[in-house]
Amino acid sequence: MILLTRKAEFSSAHYYWNEAWTEAENLRVFGRCANKNGHGHNYTLEVTVAGEVDSVSGFVVDLKELKEILEREVVSVYDHRHLNLEVPEFAAGTGNIPTTENIAIAIWRRLEGKIPHAKLHRARVYEMDDLFADYYGER
Amino acid sequence: MAVGVATSTGPKAYLSRRYRVSASHRLHSEAYSAEENLAVYGKCNNPHGHGHNYAVEVTLGGRLNAETGMVCDLGELDEFARIHLIERFDGMNLNTLDEFRDVVPTTENFTAEVYRIFQGFRGALVVRVRIEETGNNSFEIGDEFGRG
Repeated sequence: MILLTRKAEFSSAHYYWNEAWTEAENLRVFGRCANKNGHGHNYTLEVTVAGEVDSVSGFVVDLKELKEILEREVVSVYDHRHLNLEVPEFAAGTGNIPTTENIAIAIWRRLEGKIPHAKLHRARVYEMDDLFADYYGER
Repeated sequence: MAVGVATSTGPKAYLSRRYRVSASHRLHSEAYSAEENLAVYGKCNNPHGHGHNYAVEVTLGGRLNAETGMVCDLGELDEFARIHLIERFDGMNLNTLDEFRDVVPTTENFTAEVYRIFQGFRGALVVRVRIEETGNNSFEIGDEFGRG
């Protein structure tokens, strides 16, 4: 078994807001992240897949194909978008706040079952160099 | 329901935060002779010590709080790290601290100490600590969650 990791980047806006709370509660818990005009990050996504090396190609997955899948399923949907306003899994009413943890989970769900010949192993999302979230598909 | 008291019922995820700690140390064991210390530790045995910009990566694991979508309150974690990691070790000579009175302040032992300290964080379970001593060396202790 070999693990293989492909990186992709997207730049998005978001804010943190729990619709069940008052404005004061949101500001107290989320602080500056609750600014409803949004703020943004350059996110880095690292997707790790696990699989066996194909005896002919020598690949676990075709990296070109993996790159295209990340582009189609994630980057084209998230990049230069406002996650709360333009990405369905974080839309108002879902109760799904676009925290780094929830973004990693959402990306896992977007990719699950879409990568041929390999098993999705980890979705890692860096919000900044010093903060990142990992999701391994645990429920 | 008061804010923040919801049970953590979401999926299980991991959050990692990196902190910077600059400190000096000298690798030297009283159990060795001067020659043995030099043979084992090489330039790290320099009597005057040397230092590193350590990057301390702390990983917390747990079910997401359904109200916040987070593993833990980052502000609480940063405050814990400020008090128990940064103020304790940043700008210090590790050899002068009680924690390293009886053990050599290798980065292995430093990592074990930081892991022990973060077990005292109540906001979420600290499952791993990884310390980069330089860009070439890193040390980690904790669960190999989800790997392999």
